[in-house]
Amino acid sequence: MFKNRKPWLIVTISFISLFVITALALRSDLIILDPKGPIGAIQKDLIMYSIYFMLAILIIVYILFAYIVSKYRDRNNFNAKDYQPDMHGSTKLEIVWTIIPLVIVIALSIPNAKALYALKEPPQSTMNKEPIIIHATAADWKWIFSYPEENIETVNYVNVPENHPILFKVTAADSMASFWVPQIGGQIYGMPGMVNDLYLQADEPGEYNGRNSNFTGAGMTHQQFRFVALEEVEYNNWVKETQDHAPKLDEGTYEKLMLPETVDEKTFSSTHLAFVDHGTDSAYAMKIREKYGVEIKGIKVRRGE
Amino acid sequence: MFDFIKENLILDEPLIVGANVSILLTLIGLIFALTYYKKWKWLWTEWITTVDHKKIGIMYIIAALLMLFRGGVDALLMRAQLTVPNNEFLSSQHYNEIFTTHGTIMILFMAMPFLLGLMNVVVPLQLGARDVAYPYLNNLSFWSFFFGAILFNISFVFGGSPDAGWTNYAPLAIEGSPGPGINYYLLGLQISGIGTLLTGINFIVTIIKMRAPGMTLLRMPMFSWTTLITSFIIVFAFPILTVSLALMTFDRLFGTHFFTLTGGGNVMLWSNFFWLWGHPEVYIVILPAFGIFSEVIATFARKTLFGFKSMILSLVVISFLSFLVWVHHFFTMGGSAAVNNVFSITTMAIAIPTGIKIFNWLGTLYKGRIQFTTAMMWALAFIPTFIIGGVTGVMLGMAAADFQYHNNYFLVAHFHYTLIAGVVFACFAGFIYWYPKMFGHKMNERLGKLALWFFTIGFNVCFLPQFLLGFAGMPRRVYTYVPEDGWTALNVVSTIGAIGMGIGFLILVYNVNYSWRHAKRETTGDAWNGRTLEWATTTAVPPHYNFAVIPEVSEIDAFWHIKQQKKEMKEESISYEPIHMPSNASTPFLMSVLFFVAGFGLVFALWWMAVLGGIGILACMVVRSTSSYRDKGYYVSVDEIRELEQSNQGEA
Amino acid sequence: MLHANNKSLNTPLEYRSENGRLNIFGFWIFLGAEVSLFATLFAAYFALKSGTVGGPLPNEVFDLTNTIIMTLLLLTSSFTSGLAINEMRRNSVKSMIFWLVITLLFGLAFLYMEISEFVLLVHEGASLGTNAHWSSFYLLTGTHGVHVSIGIGWIVLIIDQVRKRGLTPETAKKVFVSSLYWHFLDFVWIFVFTGVYLLGMVG
Ligand code: HEM
Ligand SMILES: [Cu+2]
Ligand SMILES: [Cu+2]
Repeated sequence: MFKNRKPWLIVTISFISLFVITALALRSDLIILDPKGPIGAIQKDLIMYSIYFMLAILIIVYILFAYIVSKYRDRNNFNAKDYQPDMHGSTKLEIVWTIIPLVIVIALSIPNAKALYALKEPPQSTMNKEPIIIHATAADWKWIFSYPEENIETVNYVNVPENHPILFKVTAADSMASFWVPQIGGQIYGMPGMVNDLYLQADEPGEYNGRNSNFTGAGMTHQQFRFVALEEVEYNNWVKETQDHAPKLDEGTYEKLMLPETVDEKTFSSTHLAFVDHGTDSAYAMKIREKYGVEIKGIKVRRGE
Repeated sequence: MFDFIKENLILDEPLIVGANVSILLTLIGLIFALTYYKKWKWLWTEWITTVDHKKIGIMYIIAALLMLFRGGVDALLMRAQLTVPNNEFLSSQHYNEIFTTHGTIMILFMAMPFLLGLMNVVVPLQLGARDVAYPYLNNLSFWSFFFGAILFNISFVFGGSPDAGWTNYAPLAIEGSPGPGINYYLLGLQISGIGTLLTGINFIVTIIKMRAPGMTLLRMPMFSWTTLITSFIIVFAFPILTVSLALMTFDRLFGTHFFTLTGGGNVMLWSNFFWLWGHPEVYIVILPAFGIFSEVIATFARKTLFGFKSMILSLVVISFLSFLVWVHHFFTMGGSAAVNNVFSITTMAIAIPTGIKIFNWLGTLYKGRIQFTTAMMWALAFIPTFIIGGVTGVMLGMAAADFQYHNNYFLVAHFHYTLIAGVVFACFAGFIYWYPKMFGHKMNERLGKLALWFFTIGFNVCFLPQFLLGFAGMPRRVYTYVPEDGWTALNVVSTIGAIGMGIGFLILVYNVNYSWRHAKRETTGDAWNGRTLEWATTTAVPPHYNFAVIPEVSEIDAFWHIKQQKKEMKEESISYEPIHMPSNASTPFLMSVLFFVAGFGLVFALWWMAVLGGIGILACMVVRSTSSYRDKGYYVSVDEIRELEQSNQGEA
Repeated sequence: MLHANNKSLNTPLEYRSENGRLNIFGFWIFLGAEVSLFATLFAAYFALKSGTVGGPLPNEVFDLTNTIIMTLLLLTSSFTSGLAINEMRRNSVKSMIFWLVITLLFGLAFLYMEISEFVLLVHEGASLGTNAHWSSFYLLTGTHGVHVSIGIGWIVLIIDQVRKRGLTPETAKKVFVSSLYWHFLDFVWIFVFTGVYLLGMVG
């Protein structure tokens, strides 16, 4: 009684699930595939290019698989002529399916290499503009942005002018973090004692989510920031405004930022670069934590809350 | 002492207290049952001290299934937490501990031992050997794995679990993680790693030196081939882990500066070392899985394996390349374009031999006569599912695109498509396929298929949406999100899939019980009309000496050919000879207990305990060296052989 | 497994039993794993070499003559261990044990010098926890030193066994395997000597 209905039941369940998943996918915003800047666009193009290849591979293998499995299924009216138990290989075929993947890998490697080199340069579209340099420093569990030229420091948000290349100098005070604004471009690690460069640029004004995507402990989930692209004028106004009105960043305030906790957005009219360079000094945050009695290593204490 | 226990026993988390109580009750129940049925001696002589590779294999598999259960519960807890935004079911710390133990357990204490278990049961039989090369070490391998796993697992009830991810990156795992959790990770892995390394050596020697007469390397079954190659990877990759773990242990316990922020340490060194071991490790688990699929597909397509030589060649190429791709786990670390480019190419190159293998399996099915047994269906489910893992791997291998995928759910989906559709499906396929060899009866096919459908559909429903969550920008390892992120719907679907997998697993376990009670007992050694020598034993469950007479091999698919020749001549006048077998060993168990003691001492910096354990271990080694002469083994008499060969069931 | 001796009398004693052949082959594989282990330690050393903050530089504290003597000691011990195997092949237990004891004495002298060097270094402010450079130095040389110590203990046990049981395929195998191990440690030391000490002197 079960015999005939079961396969159909399974196929139906599978297709319904697939359908639901696709429908949901179409409804959620796949922000990586909807980039708002040239860096993200390079990556999206590469992703789409590879997806076409991959879909082609999947479809070919699925068709072959379905054909073979249904044709050579042992059944009542199995055609015994189809059965060749001693067939053990075919050099020709084996060469064919070595060469095809090889060609695909080459076809993927070339644009990948081009993109890798392109990503190390400022975006093509704004070659004439001098990139703005912003230091992005991860400290458990917040992001600190320093504008050395403008002498501004912000916490947990970064304002940039639209259509202007930004060179982020990414580092960290303690844990190994990853600086990521998905809709603007791919990520780079921020590591204590080192600096990594990352060009980003927003083509449209707006507010984008940025975050640390590398696991850094209890507060990692909340280690997020707003990446705000402003119109050029607006940005310049903000810079002026901040330089004139925001408080200065003193060492005591900065030390508090080195403690492992989440904090609210902050704005200062001077940067921490005056007293520490996390790009060379990886021990700074640890010294501060010791000073404030935060446990670093040890085996007795169990956990926070 | 009492304070020490009070301080570390976790009594404030209801979930953990629940686990505490149930573990305690199970233990009491077990001890009671063993005493009541007077089974202690049986447990000691038949299992704990056994050197029989088949029994050791079964113990590995039981341990792996237990770990699969624990890891699965972890997984369901995580899915429960992520189903809806702003969920407060788990705290951030608790979530972190759970994903850490989930990942570590699934790879090191579930996938590895499951496969090592199947290798143990099958490989000596496939080779026509009486046991592995070093039965004594084999017992030590199992127990040190087991006590390493126990040490890792008790962390969650005593002292707190590790919480820095299975990758355990520095400096988070050093300066950022006070408490014993990370020490448990370091010592648990270290102790079980000893066992793994010994197994690797053991299988290399077994396979190279102990094949039946006539079995040239090119006539050796594919699963034995994958075991051989895997063992080589183990021998070269595991020492890297040993050293990395040791260095971090020194950082945490003795104030050295390897991966620290202070004193000139280098946090990136850990990442490099970890993946220099870690990438080969993923191939350590996938290659035997490939071997299992090769056996199952050839058996049930009733055809010899297609492209045997290119299969072997691609194995070798994969194992070689697996040491040359580790950087792809941190393209985002800021390497130059040239470096990332090179590692992109080596990474994608792995897809070529992998692709060859997939097509060879299709070639094996082609012009076959495919029987849809449960084991075969797991193998058939593997091909279309695993290939999704493969192609997404290639996508991840494109470094410029990986800047976007890295650390997000796209990556999570990729490795689950490879590890579950590859390794776990293979473990299930192998378990069901070789089940009659281990227990003398098959598993129920109907229940088996039901489990399969729940698990495979559940799996796809769980992980397909995670690719899309990746594109939607959801990072891995976050314990919650907000509604505005727009990830809710896909997460709900994913959780539903996870529940489906859970049900599938439960049905599989129930099937063990059901089949034990109801399945027809096998009367021959050849449950599936098999092709390789493990099916050539006269009894369903091979006796401890495996083969009364060692078979001669003249072809690939040795048993298949023996069967075809045998049709003509009836075997009658077999003359048996006494068989020499090694005797049981109790030092390895004792030594592993001492490893546990020393490890526990180090976890809590109880130096006296660590030193005592260490001295005990050395003493065990001295005892072994001086008393190895007494370990002469014993002879199985002709009468006993004749009797065993005539009982249908063997020793079950 | 232990099988009857099935090789002709021309094969060396240690290869004559199945057990012996398996163990010797397995030991070679084990040495492969040891190569990987030391390679990782060397990698750590070279990666962390420049982490010298807050401690002396190697060329300020190394005493090269000392290390050259250590190297000669270990090299000679490797040679005498080879002589022991030679004597074993000639089936003369007495002189085999003699050369083994000589080997051990050289090994002990090496260890003594290494430990006194460590003590000296600690006095000059270069200890395990000083900085990354010295941490990796101690772990590398220390691991080698521990291997040497284990080797010494092991060979002592084996000498005792040979004295009790004479040369059998079983004991011969043990002597042979332990000498493989000893040669391997010598081989590793050459790399330590050039990679750590010679390059350390250069800067
Ligand atoms: C076609 C072959 C494969 C390719 C090209 C490939 C490529 C990759 C790449 C590039 C990554 C790193 C992505 C990132 O971190 O951003 C990755 C991660 C991973 N892969 Fe694969 N992979 C392949 C097959 C496999 C197989 C067979 C397994 C396991 C059986 C596997 C298990 C994993 C795991 C566990 C991770 C992530 C580990 C972590 O970060 O926690 N992969 N793979
Ligand atoms: Cu770095
Ligand atoms: Cu990898």
